[in-house]
Amino acid sequence: MKLFGWFGDKALHRGVHVPECKEQTAHLPIRRMNFPPVVIVPMSQHAGTPAIPIVKEGQEVVRGEPIARPDGFVSVPMHAPVTGKVERIALAPSARGDLSLAIYIRPYPAASQEVLYGEPQNIDQMSPEEIVRAVQETGVVGLGGAAFPTHVKMKLPEGRTVDTVVVNGCECEPYLTTDHRVMVEQPRAVIHGTRIAMKALGAPRAIIGVEDNKPDAIQALRDALAAESAITVEAVPTKYPQGAEKMLIEVLLGREVPSGGLPSEVGVAVFNVATLAQIGDLLPRRQGLIERVITIAGTAVRKPGNYLTVLGTPIRWALEQAGATEQAASVILGGPMMGPTISSLDVPITKGVTGILVMARDSFNSRHTIFPCIRCGACVEVCPLHLNPSRLGMLARKGRYEEMESDFHLMDCFECGCCSYVCPSHIPLVQYFRVAKQMNRERKARHAAASA
Amino acid sequence: MPPLAPEIELRTSPHFHSNRSVEMIMRNVVYALLPLCAFSVWNFGLSALALILVSVLSCLVTEHLFCWLSRRKSSLGDWSVTITGILLALTLPPGFPLWMVAVGGFVSVGLGKMAFGGLGFNVFNPALVGRAFLQACFPTAITAYSPALAKNRFTEFIPTTFTPPFLQPPPLADWIERVRVDAFSGATPLMQQKFDKVTADWQPLFFGTVSGSAGETPALLILLCGAYLAARNFMDWRIAFSMLASAFVSGAAFHFLNPAVYPHPWFVLLSGGLMLGAVFMATDMVASPVTPTGVWIYGALMGLITVVIRNLGGLPEGVMYAILLGNAVSPLIDNLTQPRVYGVHPRRRTA
Repeated sequence: MKLFGWFGDKALHRGVHVPECKEQTAHLPIRRMNFPPVVIVPMSQHAGTPAIPIVKEGQEVVRGEPIARPDGFVSVPMHAPVTGKVERIALAPSARGDLSLAIYIRPYPAASQEVLYGEPQNIDQMSPEEIVRAVQETGVVGLGGAAFPTHVKMKLPEGRTVDTVVVNGCECEPYLTTDHRVMVEQPRAVIHGTRIAMKALGAPRAIIGVEDNKPDAIQALRDALAAESAITVEAVPTKYPQGAEKMLIEVLLGREVPSGGLPSEVGVAVFNVATLAQIGDLLPRRQGLIERVITIAGTAVRKPGNYLTVLGTPIRWALEQAGATEQAASVILGGPMMGPTISSLDVPITKGVTGILVMARDSFNSRHTIFPCIRCGACVEVCPLHLNPSRLGMLARKGRYEEMESDFHLMDCFECGCCSYVCPSHIPLVQYFRVAKQMNRERKARHAAASA
Repeated sequence: MPPLAPEIELRTSPHFHSNRSVEMIMRNVVYALLPLCAFSVWNFGLSALALILVSVLSCLVTEHLFCWLSRRKSSLGDWSVTITGILLALTLPPGFPLWMVAVGGFVSVGLGKMAFGGLGFNVFNPALVGRAFLQACFPTAITAYSPALAKNRFTEFIPTTFTPPFLQPPPLADWIERVRVDAFSGATPLMQQKFDKVTADWQPLFFGTVSGSAGETPALLILLCGAYLAARNFMDWRIAFSMLASAFVSGAAFHFLNPAVYPHPWFVLLSGGLMLGAVFMATDMVASPVTPTGVWIYGALMGLITVVIRNLGGLPEGVMYAILLGNAVSPLIDNLTQPRVYGVHPRRRTA
């Protein structure tokens, strides 16, 4: 149905143009948010096994000090975000809705909150294995939202090589501007982190992909790169969901990650810009990840902005600081296309939180009547993975979840939400798919339990 | 604590939604059909107006009745039934008896749409189901065409329009003799070509001032209305394009095999209901495939069948059956042309 958009090789052919809504915060420099009266550090802020606390209740901790150790390789340590006293180690609410173990720390009001931890280390003299170990020590995970431990991506399976490191500066979700500000304000850290990733993976080149709605970020990175030839900055036409790993690889390199596979299978490793900025910043000083930049924006917030926030800050505190208004009716963690709404304001900000959107009632005009599918094919046109959401949706309505997985590649769907976005019948397609995936997971677990 | 509103909305992503809706798409198709209705009234007069009104009314009443019978909210608001009503009228001869139109509207919506479950579930284009029914029931009435631009067309009705219910319409020959402005003898350009081997000029065909079904004649206007829909992405231009292109190519093949019998491909393209069918009926979203490859095959198939019926069959026109056949195989086309999923390679599928 699209007449244009097929020309030019470096563009995402599928996907949608969503309202960007970034003008609210894109020009605002990163500011530090006040420390909250209590920080809540969950042990599971990442994909993988939760960390294990190594402090006791009542113990004093110094900002930057490790307070939890990783449990295995696919896990990361936690560091004390503030200087203060461990108040308790107990269950805390999480964004998913369930309770998980967390360390509550009450900051000392009079402490200088300087990071005294860490010691310089010379990355040039480190072997790839040492870098991977050092990255794990920093506790850095994917800051773009997925929160997958970064050092795991830097450790390649035996016999596999990576020729290109792709640095993801797309930030295709509307409203969010954290990556944008990090690129503008800390281009050197981004580049330094990129070099470290290249060294760890033995990759000869790196491409920083930035959407063309951030010309200042592209310029800042190019200026900082100067004569460096192994790293290039590529402007890609803005389109959602270009920031998805697989999509960006396809756009920049024309390679297709096999279904169910990892980018390293096609010789690529993808890192978010903010992740690499943190690595570039923390690794030479051997410090841990204790704060990150989040965007607070939306239709019901008085002081939107990009806030440097200590991890573990309760969302309630963050919203007080940013001045949520009386109209606030929903709070979304992350962007409006993929972020979940939260039911409790006591959820802490974790490593994977890219932003908080505070929306007034009916900001999204989302109360529509659902019509039957009229088979217009709009979802098929936009699905970046070339799935058939229309058919999947019909099967989901009938509860034929197994067929969705076996015949229509349900598990490839990464829930970008383009299908739901365009559906003129307002069918909650991606929502159906989430349910279907969950039902399939539960059924498999039951089968496994029954056969065991 | 921040002054959060007492009720917190919990929703799942995506929270954004594009502003397109079914109602909007259907309403725009109705807009695109209005110029055709206006042209039809100008070309054929009062009878065409009565035809369109009765057809739309009959469809609306039927849909409302079925919704009421099945205790559902009335679905008149989605505008789709209005499209069916207008399209049915545009495919009938302008002087078609109104009682038959009402029957056609009832069958279109009742049998073609509501019996399958309403919007989104119909297998065939409802308007064409109704028309096929009328063609089977009233073969004479549906081939009784009246002249274009007849005298007195804005002051008197075509005599057949007010045929009393359950009666056959009166013969038109005397009336045609009285009102015609050219050599019209009761045959459309398509019929003349088929039975008398007389091929009409392209200009009247292109601008629509010829005899035919109420809204099928103005090729240019149909293309313009279709272009509006395609530009606003309310219509799949690929289906219309591939159907027209395939009709042109297959028409050309026939023509060059035997120019004496088979018409020039331009005539194929501009005559009869091909243009209206390709732009407004073949593109009916519900009954067409959704896959990118599928829509091309679907359009090409219908174009080919149209030409085969016209040239080799006993009927002068084949667009209706071509589209109905295309509708019938559309799910099959869909199944055979599932898009290759990202990251899935044919050779891996066997593994």
